[in-house]
Amino acid sequence: MELIDSASRAQVAMDEALGSEKMIINMGPQHPSTHGVLRVVLELDGEEVVNVWPDIGYLHRGDEKIAENMTYTQFIPYTDRLDYLAPLANNVTYAYAVEKLLGMDVPPRCKYIRVICAELARISSHLLGLGSFAMDIGAMTVFLYLFREREKIYDMAECISGARFTTSYTRIGGLARDLTPEFLPMLRKFLKEFPATVDETDKLLTRNRIFCDRTRGIGVLTKADAIDLGVTGPCLRGSGVDWDIRKSHPYSSYEDFDFEVPVGTVGDSYDRYLCRMEEMRQSVRILHQAVDNLPDGPVNSPDAKILLPDKEAVLTKMEELIHHFINVTEGINAPPGEIYFSAENPKGELGFYIVSKGGGTPHRLKIRAPSFVNLQALPVMAKGHMMSDMVTILASIDFVMGECDR
Amino acid sequence: MIPFLLINLVKIACVIGVMLTVVAYTVLAERKVCAWMQDRIGPNRVGPMGLLQPLADGLKFVFKEDVLSHHVNKVYFTLAPMIALVPALITIAVVPWGSQLMIPGLAEPVKGVIADLNVGILFVFAISSLGVYGIVLAGWSSNSKYPFLGSIRSSAQMISYEVCLGLSVVPVFMQVGSLNLSQVVEYQAHHVWLGLCQPLSFFIFVVSAFAETNRLPFDLPEAEQELVGGYHTEYSSMKFAMFFMGEYAAMFVASALMVTLFFGGWSLPFAPFNVPAQTLGVGLAHIGIFLVKVCGFLFFYIWVRWTIPRFRYDQLMALGWKLFIPLTLLNILISGVVLTLMSK
Repeated sequence: MELIDSASRAQVAMDEALGSEKMIINMGPQHPSTHGVLRVVLELDGEEVVNVWPDIGYLHRGDEKIAENMTYTQFIPYTDRLDYLAPLANNVTYAYAVEKLLGMDVPPRCKYIRVICAELARISSHLLGLGSFAMDIGAMTVFLYLFREREKIYDMAECISGARFTTSYTRIGGLARDLTPEFLPMLRKFLKEFPATVDETDKLLTRNRIFCDRTRGIGVLTKADAIDLGVTGPCLRGSGVDWDIRKSHPYSSYEDFDFEVPVGTVGDSYDRYLCRMEEMRQSVRILHQAVDNLPDGPVNSPDAKILLPDKEAVLTKMEELIHHFINVTEGINAPPGEIYFSAENPKGELGFYIVSKGGGTPHRLKIRAPSFVNLQALPVMAKGHMMSDMVTILASIDFVMGECDR
Repeated sequence: MIPFLLINLVKIACVIGVMLTVVAYTVLAERKVCAWMQDRIGPNRVGPMGLLQPLADGLKFVFKEDVLSHHVNKVYFTLAPMIALVPALITIAVVPWGSQLMIPGLAEPVKGVIADLNVGILFVFAISSLGVYGIVLAGWSSNSKYPFLGSIRSSAQMISYEVCLGLSVVPVFMQVGSLNLSQVVEYQAHHVWLGLCQPLSFFIFVVSAFAETNRLPFDLPEAEQELVGGYHTEYSSMKFAMFFMGEYAAMFVASALMVTLFFGGWSLPFAPFNVPAQTLGVGLAHIGIFLVKVCGFLFFYIWVRWTIPRFRYDQLMALGWKLFIPLTLLNILISGVVLTLMSK
């Protein structure tokens, strides 16, 4: 005991004599590894991270407030810009949230197409997440291999919605339009080629000694911590919690699909990486089933009070003209009430809490963004690790500031 | 005296000229090769197939504003890039590029090396370890946190790997019986390439050379994703270009050393390339052989960089001190025993 005391006394004396102090360093908001505009203030003891203070808000645009000043349909383009790496999935989740408020259902074909959208978005988001993860550790080629595949997903998004990035593909009660004839062959071709890229990445990273050394045991988030902090998505599953909203509260006919939810054991960066890899494979499985069993029929709900009626009918019939006019000027007349709807987005649970007092605009719209919640686990994960591990941990959380700051 | 000076000046001019050209084109090769590895095209706008790109890059650096922030220590800040570049250029002086050149009109053949020192390799290590001062000074004089972290990393890294580098080549000289690099090459020309009989030595030398030249997987001082460029974050214009050239020149020297020590230098294992050249043509061919081998290793550098991830600082140190140094010591012991037994 005395020995320890004297050793620590010596350390303190040396620190005082040398005038040694901890270094405060700013990581971001302009930094190649903070993926957007996250600012992290680090307190370093040499290379060791003693304290972490994430500082968010550099991309705050007031999306929630904006929502109060427009109709439900007009807010769809804003959802593109939440998690801007998976706009299709955001569109889908938002549409279901408003539909829940309206107490309506959509045709089965629409549900299947929405599943296709959500899973494509999941693959696209994970590709970027894993690519930048690899790049931050120094394996830059993996990043470009994965981007090559993302390009194909962008092409498909363009094919169905006309836009590559800001898709705005869903409508309340349906979709902007049915699938184009070229889309299914494109998707089939992609599903055939894509697993090869996943396997290639697997070969480059999963058993790469340097990669394992850099990620195993780094940024461990225990099961209890993950639940306490409200972490969701691959970060939660990496910590060993079997929780996927697609399974626990199936929406969009996910109950029809046969897929597995990968779960990690340790909760380190490596587990989160493995979860994302496996989720991409499972998404391919879901997409195969969706393509093979895609039902025929309409994609839009027939309720003209919600969706714009057929243009020809608007020009020839009185009733439709009125619906069109009301829909465009006043929006969908939602009943008063409060609802919360959440879906399993690529980064975790994206939820919309809508308070309606009736009429065409929400009284309050709260977005539960997975990146925002997941990011609060950063100090827990990062303390005690080295400066180099910060980038590994940040990349393994896979956050998007557009969604975090809203 | 005058002819001696003249010949040496011409040699120096040739070596520096060739070396800087190779350095410039290695940058282009790096961009091209990584582009091909990543399904891209690479630079192809300047000149045919982008071959004039190095010229454009150089011009760009010259015309960039040379930012000198008010918080830097101006003397050391200016000195650092020079210190980083010059040692790499000096060390090449003792590396034999060819055997000898029989120039018509000269009584004696011209040696293929600028300075035929009998302590060649010691000279290389002595000078190349000066390179670390460039990086340390750059980080320190920048008076900025990220460069500071980068330079701390790099000084620790380079000092530790210098030990590995030095120890790893000891068996080579035990076998050859000389520190003179020309004699090492001649030994290999007569007997066998040392990379074949000293594989462990070769392996550790290659890995340590990667660390010594700050290349991925050991590019921690720069570590773009962590330190945003490391020690040269605050540099711009030609000062930055000098660091850049220094890195590639160091790569060139490291490749040249690998070729000289382990892959037979200018020689090939068959006549007339396994003896010092007796005609001008063969002499020039020897230089060509040497350069081709060096380019092979430069390609290897690029290939590795774009394939594998980066080590972490402590892992790198552990690898050096806990694995490589014991291994090199063991290697020296084994080589000693084997050489003693064989000589009896």
